[in-house]
Amino acid sequence: MSTTDVIRTHRLTRYFGRRAVVRELDFSVPRGSVVGLLGLNGAGKTTTIRMLLGFLEPTRGTCEVLGRDSRELTPDVRARIGHTVEGHFLHPWMRVRECERFGRETHPQWDGSFFEQAVRRFGIDTDAKVSWLSRGQRAGVSLASTLAGAPELLILDDPALGLDPVSRRALNETIIEFCESGDRTVLLSSHLLDDVERVADRVAVMVDGRMLVDSTLDDFRNRVAAWVLDVPQDPTIMRTIPGLVHCRPIGNRWHVTVADPDEETTAAMERLQAASIERVEVTFEDAVLAYLSRSRVGHSFYSGAAS
Amino acid sequence: MQIRVIPGSSAAIYRQIADQIRRGIASGELAVGDAVPSVRTLAKELVVNANTVAKAYAELIRDGVLETQAGKGAFVASRRDIYSKAERLRRLDDALEIAISASIALNFNGDEILARMQSKLNKMQV
Repeated sequence: MSTTDVIRTHRLTRYFGRRAVVRELDFSVPRGSVVGLLGLNGAGKTTTIRMLLGFLEPTRGTCEVLGRDSRELTPDVRARIGHTVEGHFLHPWMRVRECERFGRETHPQWDGSFFEQAVRRFGIDTDAKVSWLSRGQRAGVSLASTLAGAPELLILDDPALGLDPVSRRALNETIIEFCESGDRTVLLSSHLLDDVERVADRVAVMVDGRMLVDSTLDDFRNRVAAWVLDVPQDPTIMRTIPGLVHCRPIGNRWHVTVADPDEETTAAMERLQAASIERVEVTFEDAVLAYLSRSRVGHSFYSGAAS
Repeated sequence: MQIRVIPGSSAAIYRQIADQIRRGIASGELAVGDAVPSVRTLAKELVVNANTVAKAYAELIRDGVLETQAGKGAFVASRRDIYSKAERLRRLDDALEIAISASIALNFNGDEILARMQSKLNKMQV
């Protein structure tokens, strides 16, 4: 691990009762990167974020943010971290202008012009009361308030949830603008894969509490390959395919996604004696979905899959 | 020139940017010495991560398509031969084979393909 990591976890684990929600996470985020944290609902994303922010004790393992153990974050360190929560809580009786003043008085550093610019992008009137705003506009005020505090590290838990297309675009633009200087870091959980592909340069995929992918977006894309096989039944029952991520039927054929394919992978596929083997292109979305679909089908015969 | 990126396609976003700049130069839309937008400007314009744009530019600079001038940004480079003659021929063959097989698949004959190719070349003033 390099010293420029802004977030580091070491075997981070959290149980709720007897259920492990986050398991043995070894994960790091280098300074200056925008990381898309992906996973189905219940995969452990929010629990991980809450532990990073020191809101929840790990059951085992540790996590560090800006070089400090998350359980011992001082107010000084906290002031360098910005975060928004799911649903974007704001005081409903405040006017947007008052939210700005509130932020100014509660943050040691405050960039009022960034706030102005961000709320304008979301099409918000600063005289409006928070309770009048749409969900997308509330997200805009919440994001503007967080970013105007000029944090070094920004943690956004599903900021795009329920946003209209205009607010989504404003959200993406605001994140890009915020990162302009290149030394600010963003961890962003999301379900919107197209948006993540735009704004992120790293991707972390969680499945059932485990982190299966943690790499640059391009490495991730390059490592995942897919084939369409014309065989009568599920090829993963007939043979083990090294590196298998996911296999699903498409019509009468089988779509097989593999991580880090090598000669053994192709050899295994040739032994299936398929009527046809066709290598197909993989989009970012295909690659992510292959990982996320794994948790839906159970692990019985997917245990040989590479992670 | 207008660059557009489409997330969710089979080409990575950095590849889409690099390919469009190459195409812009080939079609004459960008001329030798033209400035390209800075990494930050293009990142904001396209709403994509700045590192993604930087990766596209790095590839174009490595391939001699763009060159940088200290403090002034990146420009379309004057064409230099960065490959040996043999390598250039090999790459030409690769490119032609793809174009020809696609054209044949569309049911055109050799004369039609050649005529069309000639008119394209004339348009690009090569």
